[in-house]
Amino acid sequence: MAIKDLPKDEYLLKGNAACPGCPASQALRVVLKALGQNTTMVVPACCTAVIQGIYPKSAFNVPLMNIAFEAAAACASGIKAGYKAQGNDDTNVLVWAGDGGSYDIGFQALSGAAERGTDMIFICYNNQMYSNTGVQRSGATPYGASTTTTWTGKLEHNKDLSEIMIAHHIPYVASACVSYPEDLYAKVQKAKSIRGFKFIEILAPCPPGWRFPMESMVEQGRLAVESGMWALYEVENDKMTFTGPSKGILEGLRQRKPVVEYMKAQGRFSHLFKPGNEGKMKIIEQHLDVVWDRYRKQSSCLK
Amino acid sequence: MPKEIIDTANHIAAEAVRIAKPGVVAAYPITPQTTIVEKIAQMIETGKMKSEFICVESEHSAMTAAIGASASGVRSYTATSSHGLLLMHEMLTWAGMARLPVVMTNINRAVGPGWNIWCDLNDALAQRDTGWIQIYCAYPQEIFDTTIQAFKLAEDKRISLPVMVNHEGFIMSHTSMPAKIYDEAEVDKYLPKYNPNWKLDPQDPLSHGNLISPEHYTEVRNDMQKSFDAAKDIFVKNAEDWKKQFGSYFGGMIEYYMCDDAQYVMVTLGTIGAEGKVAVDKLRKEGHKVGIARIRMFRPFPTEEIEKLSKKSTLIVIDRAISPGMGGIVHSEVKSCAAPGTKIFGFIAGLGGRDVTYGDIENMIRKAIEGKAKSSEWYDLKEAQ
Repeated sequence: MAIKDLPKDEYLLKGNAACPGCPASQALRVVLKALGQNTTMVVPACCTAVIQGIYPKSAFNVPLMNIAFEAAAACASGIKAGYKAQGNDDTNVLVWAGDGGSYDIGFQALSGAAERGTDMIFICYNNQMYSNTGVQRSGATPYGASTTTTWTGKLEHNKDLSEIMIAHHIPYVASACVSYPEDLYAKVQKAKSIRGFKFIEILAPCPPGWRFPMESMVEQGRLAVESGMWALYEVENDKMTFTGPSKGILEGLRQRKPVVEYMKAQGRFSHLFKPGNEGKMKIIEQHLDVVWDRYRKQSSCLK
Repeated sequence: MPKEIIDTANHIAAEAVRIAKPGVVAAYPITPQTTIVEKIAQMIETGKMKSEFICVESEHSAMTAAIGASASGVRSYTATSSHGLLLMHEMLTWAGMARLPVVMTNINRAVGPGWNIWCDLNDALAQRDTGWIQIYCAYPQEIFDTTIQAFKLAEDKRISLPVMVNHEGFIMSHTSMPAKIYDEAEVDKYLPKYNPNWKLDPQDPLSHGNLISPEHYTEVRNDMQKSFDAAKDIFVKNAEDWKKQFGSYFGGMIEYYMCDDAQYVMVTLGTIGAEGKVAVDKLRKEGHKVGIARIRMFRPFPTEEIEKLSKKSTLIVIDRAISPGMGGIVHSEVKSCAAPGTKIFGFIAGLGGRDVTYGDIENMIRKAIEGKAKSSEWYDLKEAQ
């Protein structure tokens, strides 16, 4: 579906408290268009808790339950069960959590709800750090990135939550990026049509956190995908399919853009371009080869 | 007709939950709570109970799922104990501040380390300030009655607060005693269907629990305090209405035993207040004017009643819990509302499941009568080993 054909209904209202160029609010706008009015949202501590605005106002046109940082998936499980007890098995129950509330502190509840097969959609908008609390390192922060708790660059690679969710053998896992709204819309629509636990991860380049100009947010997301630093794919009932530019990269029909093109525009990587850090750049490039090698092996297994 | 059964307090609590018909039960196992959850799971699987059951992966998630279910607009229930309750702590405040009428059975158990599965009250008393109404039971029938009454109180629109019903690990939880299971149809007359103040409704899209500035936060807290104050009279009235309808009754906020003319009144929570009746009977035979005030409702605290009691009697508080660095928790609370000049003695006893027999209670009361008790002391403390 082309962007111009997306539903005109808005569930994230104007005047919300998002930063200019915020990827979370852009992605959420698309996600809620795909889900529609019959949706209840659960939001743990994250930027979106702020984006909704201050009581007694709310920027959301769907009901929203705020819940503690680690607890979103458990809260959604309770809501779903409560709706079922009332004979309502139709309302979409959506968790909208950052990478902290999914990869790290929220992981136990996420894994539990996935294992129980709760009929819900869990979306992690991944900006690769704790941006709401001032850009601290998370389990999703890539190697080399400078954050306020890794000033000279993170020394560990990020974990891969989508792969962990694939290992839960749930009916649908997808990886998306805010810069590809049609792809995102299609994935959310597919998730909506499937019963059981669905997990979608959205790369969300954060201008103040990654330190790039706000007007280039969409471009940063595209560069992430084109350089292979992020991949678009879906795994439906153990069948893995790459989408968008990632499909061409996987099949060898398209060259990955040099990773430096992606990194050079972001302040969080600027120290890596200084003399003496060539080795770190090499580590990132080698890691990327390993990641894509694994994608190829995985996709050939999950046919 | 009510059905008279002999069963453990945990199974009796599970029966009460079945009859209360929560839409959702979410729970995680911990000794000595497990037999409640097992029984409920079995009743749901065999069709004796219609609730949705969520076997969550932690107590934190158990309380969170109960919160989510309650916010969706249904009655919700969970049960836990000790470390499980401690893990819930953050979400206890969430249920309280969100004004969601979750009902929970907590089976009082000591906290570690070292691992101690036996009874004391430190688990629940450490949750004193989380915005939960707290009730402590001492008889199996009281557990049945109070569990149903807890839903009524929690869901009362003037209250809208979560309620924790406590009973002691093993002393109650795993001990079989007789109780009456009242007819479901009769209970339905007493406990109306849950009609929430608010719920998560796509037709009425509101945000719940979003950012709240200093301009409003104090008023939210104040509103909560008003509901806690109102809960005192409503709890008492609900217990009296229950008595009229079903016959069983265990007191209002306090169960008084021979307090009218008592010079010395033992104040406590839970089973020590039941066991103590034997000691009081014995001391009465010797001519000592003694009585028992067993506090049933700890939050809100029976401030006025304790003050009244303190004006005519010397108080002997027996605490099965301690606030390290301060002393007995009930002792502190009682002192804070007693009339000026009241004589109050405090004993710490029965921690980590050590037996407190009627003989022990007699010894403590006698010590106070004979003028040998200190203002605060430990009972049955062994020499350093």
